[in-house]
This record gives sequence, structure tokens and C-alpha cells, in this order.
Amino acid sequence: MIGALTTLLLCQLTGEILVRSLHLPVPGPVLGMVLLFATLVLRGREAPAGLGATADALLGHLGLLFVPAGVGVVLYLPLLARDWAPISLAVLAGTLLAIAATGRLAQALLRRLG
Amino acid sequence: MRDLAEVWVYLAREPLAALTATLLAWLGALRLQRALGRHPLANPVLFAVALLAGGLLLSGVEYRAYFEGAQFVHFLLGPATVALAVPLHRQWQAVRRSALAALLSVLLGGVFAAAAGVAMALALGAAPEVTASLAPRSVTTPVAMGIAERIGGLPSLTAAVVICSGVVGAALGPAVLDLARVRDWRARGLAIGTAAHGIGTARALSVNATAGAFSGLAMGLNALATALLLPLLWRLLAGG
Repeated sequence: MIGALTTLLLCQLTGEILVRSLHLPVPGPVLGMVLLFATLVLRGREAPAGLGATADALLGHLGLLFVPAGVGVVLYLPLLARDWAPISLAVLAGTLLAIAATGRLAQALLRRLG
Repeated sequence: MRDLAEVWVYLAREPLAALTATLLAWLGALRLQRALGRHPLANPVLFAVALLAGGLLLSGVEYRAYFEGAQFVHFLLGPATVALAVPLHRQWQAVRRSALAALLSVLLGGVFAAAAGVAMALALGAAPEVTASLAPRSVTTPVAMGIAERIGGLPSLTAAVVICSGVVGAALGPAVLDLARVRDWRARGLAIGTAAHGIGTARALSVNATAGAFSGLAMGLNALATALLLPLLWRLLAGG
């Protein structure tokens, strides 16, 4: 588990260093995810059991990890009161439109490309 | 009375109280979710955030003081984002044969999802930081918050709209797909995963295993594609 955690932190650290030194617009942890994914694909086998277990443990409670940042909405209550209409429209209509469009597109592409 | 004041000073200064409150709120939120029969609209993150935000407003504790303690939980978002590579790799092995069609659908669908949200926000005259917070709306929360920070949005508002989008997609997505006559389980999974990330994927998994696998793949691919493309597009459009 410590080994797996070290792997995750190393990927994140490498990602953060690359993002900062190359001035990439991508978040560091996302680059870390790309690095880990590329490593796993290149290895060509299943991910090591320890890494799988640690990832599942972290992701099993992923929701908890957003809570501290989510509570930060208390800082933006006036902004929310002002812009509730565009926010709810984007969340509701934007999401449902995106689902319909992506579904139609995916169905057509899967038929053509397999 | 002086003892009580000393206790309060201690609680306000040390991370222990904020950390404990965060975990207690989370456990309470999970219990509430179970009590509501795991309804797709009953989301524990929203419950926990509402509980803690209400607590802060009632007690007059500043968010900054709360976050001093809660940042230990927040820190784990980074490694958790990296860990998303593991399920993505699992899905990748399972669905490699449809990879090209999946990749194209997710890429175009993800761009459409972001553009639709931004267009609606602009049309209704939302503040610039609100528009930037809405752009990464359909990507899984940890990645979306990172993107929002990069493009001048408010990560905590992004967290809230991402979760609400996931809840909406999970609850109403299947009906919308029926209306659009999308019957291929693979396409249904790709659509839900692209627009409603992990919350939609959990719903897709509970309905159909194929849809669940494609939804998980779509969520991972869209997180990658949006994280790579959105900041670049944003810079081009906002800068030009």
C-alpha cells in the first residue's frame, strides 16, 4: 500500500514539475494520471494488485475528498444568488443536451467503426 | 467561562475539529443517502457540503479557518486524480475493440458539453468567473476543479456544479437517451460517462455491465481530453 501510494505521489510530483517547467496549461495531477496510464498500457499487463487495491480504496471514497473544497461555496453565496439562472440552465439543459448528442453520435460511430 | 473560551480557541486553531467535523458530516450524509433508498437524486457530497456550510454560517466560523483543518482531506484529491488511471486502464483493456469510435464520440461529446454550458452562461450574462467555473462541468470533480483553477474559475463552485450535473445526468439521462432513440448499450454508456462522469457511471453500472464499462471509459477519456483541450481553447478564445 505504501509502495502504491508512493507510485501515485511520484506520478503527481512528476506531473507538477513538468507542468511548471514547461508552462503547460494542464493541472499537474492530470498529467500524473496520463503518466501512470501510459506506463500501465506500455507494461501491457494488468495493473499490480497493490496499486489496484490502493486506487480502489482512494476512489471508493472519492466523494469525501471534494467536501472541503465544496464547502467553499459559502464564499460565493452572493454570486450564486446573482447567477442562479445561467448556472441551473447550464447544469440542466447543458447536461441533458450533451447526453443526447453524445449518445446519437456514439451510436452512429459504433455502427460504422465497430 | 474562561475555560470554555480556551477550549474554543484551541478548537478554532487546531486542524482536529475541522477534520473530525468533515468526516462526521460525510458519515451522516452516507446514512441519509441509505435512508433515502440510494435514490439517484440523493447525493452524499451535496448533503455533506450543505451540512458543513450550514454549520459554518450558523457558528460564524470562517471558511479559511475550517479549510486549515480540512485541507488534509483535500490534499488526497491529487493522488486520487492520478489513481483514476487504474480504472481507466481496466476499461481500456475490456473495450479496446471499440476504442476509435469511443475516442471520437467522447472527444466531440466532451467539447459539445463544455461549449453548450459556456454558451448558455454567456447568453444569460453570467459573471466571467461563473462561466469559467461552468466550462469543465461534465468532467469528474477532481479534474474539473484543477481545470477551473487554470482558466480563472472558482474551484468550489465548479465542484458544486459538477456534482449537480452528475446527479441530473444520472437521474434523467436514461430517459433522454430513450427519447433520442439511443438503444446501443455501448453508446448509452459513452453518453452518460461523457456528460455525467462518476455519478452517471455508478448509475450506468447498476443498469447494465456493458453500459457501465463504456461509461467508465468515457469518464476517464473525457477527463483527459477536457483537461488537455479546454485550457488551450480557453486561452485561444479569451486571449484572441
